[in-house]
Amino acid sequence: MAKRLQARRLDGIDHNPWVEFVQLASEEADVVNLGQGFPDFSPPEFAVEAFQHAVSGDFMLNQYTKAFGYPPLTKILANFFGKLLGQEIDPLKNVLVTVGAYGALFTAFQALVDEGDEVIIIEPFFDCYEPMTLMAGGRPVFVSLKPSPTQKGEPDSSSNWQLDPTELASKFTSRTKAFILNTPNNPLGKVFSKEELELVASLCQQHDVVCISDEVYQWMVFDGFQHISIASLPGMWERTLTIGSAGKTFSVTGWKVGWVLGPDSLMKHLRTVHQNSIYHCATQGQAAVAQSFEREQLHFGRPSSYFVQLPQYIQRCRDHMIQSLQSMGFRPVIPQGSYFLITDISDFKNKMPDLPGAADEPYDRRFVKWMIKNKGLVAVPVSIFFSLPHQKFFDHYIRFCFVKDESTLRAMDQKLQKWKAELTP
Amino acid sequence: MFLAWERLCTLSCRPKFLKTVWASKILGLSTSAKMSLRFKNAKRIEGLDSNIWIEFTKLAADPSVVNLGQGLPDISPPVYVKEELSKIAAIDNLNQYTRGFGHPSLVKALSCLYEKFYHNKINPNEEILVTVGAYGSLFNAIQGLIDEGDEVIVIVPFFDCYESMVRMAGATPVFVPLRCKPVDGKKCSSSDWTLDPQELASKFNSKTKAIILNTPHNPLGKVYTKEELQVIADLCIKYDTLCISDEVYEWLVYTGNKHFKIATFPGMWERTITIGSAGKTFSVTGWKLGWSIGPKHLIKHLQTVQQNTVYTCATPLQEALAQAFWIDIKRMDDPECYFNSLPKELEVKRDRMVHLLESVGLKSIVPDGGYFIIADVSLLDVDLLDMKDSNEPYDYKFVKWMIKNKVMFIGFCNIVLYVIVDL
Repeated sequence: MAKRLQARRLDGIDHNPWVEFVQLASEEADVVNLGQGFPDFSPPEFAVEAFQHAVSGDFMLNQYTKAFGYPPLTKILANFFGKLLGQEIDPLKNVLVTVGAYGALFTAFQALVDEGDEVIIIEPFFDCYEPMTLMAGGRPVFVSLKPSPTQKGEPDSSSNWQLDPTELASKFTSRTKAFILNTPNNPLGKVFSKEELELVASLCQQHDVVCISDEVYQWMVFDGFQHISIASLPGMWERTLTIGSAGKTFSVTGWKVGWVLGPDSLMKHLRTVHQNSIYHCATQGQAAVAQSFEREQLHFGRPSSYFVQLPQYIQRCRDHMIQSLQSMGFRPVIPQGSYFLITDISDFKNKMPDLPGAADEPYDRRFVKWMIKNKGLVAVPVSIFFSLPHQKFFDHYIRFCFVKDESTLRAMDQKLQKWKAELTP
Repeated sequence: MFLAWERLCTLSCRPKFLKTVWASKILGLSTSAKMSLRFKNAKRIEGLDSNIWIEFTKLAADPSVVNLGQGLPDISPPVYVKEELSKIAAIDNLNQYTRGFGHPSLVKALSCLYEKFYHNKINPNEEILVTVGAYGSLFNAIQGLIDEGDEVIVIVPFFDCYESMVRMAGATPVFVPLRCKPVDGKKCSSSDWTLDPQELASKFNSKTKAIILNTPHNPLGKVYTKEELQVIADLCIKYDTLCISDEVYEWLVYTGNKHFKIATFPGMWERTITIGSAGKTFSVTGWKLGWSIGPKHLIKHLQTVQQNTVYTCATPLQEALAQAFWIDIKRMDDPECYFNSLPKELEVKRDRMVHLLESVGLKSIVPDGGYFIIADVSLLDVDLLDMKDSNEPYDYKFVKWMIKNKVMFIGFCNIVLYVIVDL
């Protein structure tokens, strides 16, 4: 065809950094994959049973359900999160089920972001926020979390990375339509404090901005820190879309069930996008998630709750990984939450500055490729979570996922020990 | 008996339901005018919020109503399909993310199946994309390839999302009707509905980016002939236009008819996206898996949309679908193969339904394929003056009257006097 084929909305968003790294990881034999964020252990038994029940029970679950969400699921989500957010939530008006939290994000951007609208994104950010803003014709405006200097010998922590309030305020303009919040944050693992959220909330209210709050890791919080949903703060429910993920909640990323909670005045626009994009989500996955939430509701707050047990298990994984990395000369930033930690590789950058790669390729990407090929460990370069102009300032961190089975972490230890042995003459 | 419910709309019904979201938001919000200004929806969804089915679903929700409106089966999917999904539910790693553009075993199975129909090999990674239902494929294709200001030819009547998706992409739908030329004495069939080649040609111009084709057709059940498809193909080539071919009902073709893939016509592979549906293939509409097949230079743009929208589809369902496909791929000539047995089963129901409709004075357009039958209600000459809302088209009022008085919900198609009854 002679005509230009692709729509202009795809300009600048066709490249995906993951494709290269996922490909590389799959090509190399005998690698320990600590890159992409998914568990390699079993989901909880009750979730597996719920799915089995959904697929072998009522045969009508093989057919379409209600477009905006399978009724038992929207009902339990409304009930469960209504209590958490301190808000009356209507399953029909305030809940939309989507294809993963990823689908929820897309639906929100398409519904609300127009040509020329500005969207404030905190760096480092889950990489899809930027292309989704661009695809909607919006203009991303970045504001960075920056680490304060640590005491010598003290490990860095995600709580140490903060926004400058003056700088943050300066990013809001008359064109600002939305503010993307991600707490706990991917890749940093930061859990925003009440004070930090109150600052964001007051700016959103002052400038009449919608807050899109990606809270997929809401249960993955460690060391006694508390996850707070910004929608629960005064004046915020009416301007916040809260996004959640069954994949991260129940360790079933492959089910691709997510949701958005919010006021009807915003949700109705998401429903319009939804009915003009995918219309329905798969029924059985939704039925299984509903049953899983019903189980959790009975156990909520008790030691038997998966939302108590999972973060306990994951915290141990985190601590294991931190220790192993530190003994290798890595300097991990201790995350307060999420699936991930980032680790400073400055020492490696100083010792081996010339790793193979393209001329302007950020160091962390060259390091990760070298590490996959030569050391059998897969991680993700952190510069992909920064805007292009800022990537060169953050090219000395890589991200590891610690939500892995014991055996995977032991395999990681073996690789690290081998690496360490190669370093000592 | 199948329950039938598909979103249908035609040219004439759409404008009645357009309302400005903007105005309703100002009235709906209790906060300041400044707030309501800011929560304005993006322009791309202006006028796309209405859904005429909501009203009718409410009416049909009464348990005494026989729902023949929506397009979903109320019989069980084949046993082996359910068994595969059951087996897969127990496999651990199938609960986690799979490949974004399609689970490897599924794209391999699709490639193997469809290579039997195409003249070329189909690269499973570059020429196939798995989507959230065929609906998702339509969305990816339109978002990926249709730009603001483009024109897209839509054949009337049409599955209603074609228009709204084209509008959401900022493009203009250009309508061209199928018209009926019945032969006296012969039963009216979907093949009597045809395009006028001159009229069709007049709709193409330099701004025409694509034509959306749907064969077998919803709602008419028309199965386009080779000659009809050649007319469309010639125009696509002449005007350098893309073809988005919705073939979800490809297996549901009744005796005396054959489904042709326009992508297999000379000069068409490089400009066609062909869309299929697991839901309609295996009677599992709730699995919401579909696929787009086409050349790499087109599919890559649908893949870009995918990586910025849902990223990946559900893993266990894709694996189960792959296994179900392998079972049937191995026995394509066997009458037990679902691709052969389902149309046979539906043809019997079709004939029964046609007969039943005739017995109450409803003249149907016998479909050559698909899930639906259209029935002409004009001969009944029902007095609907007591039905409220006299501004509504006759068929809308008729459907409501049917639900109220005759305890049957049927879909509707606003070509003057036709209602649709599903098989």
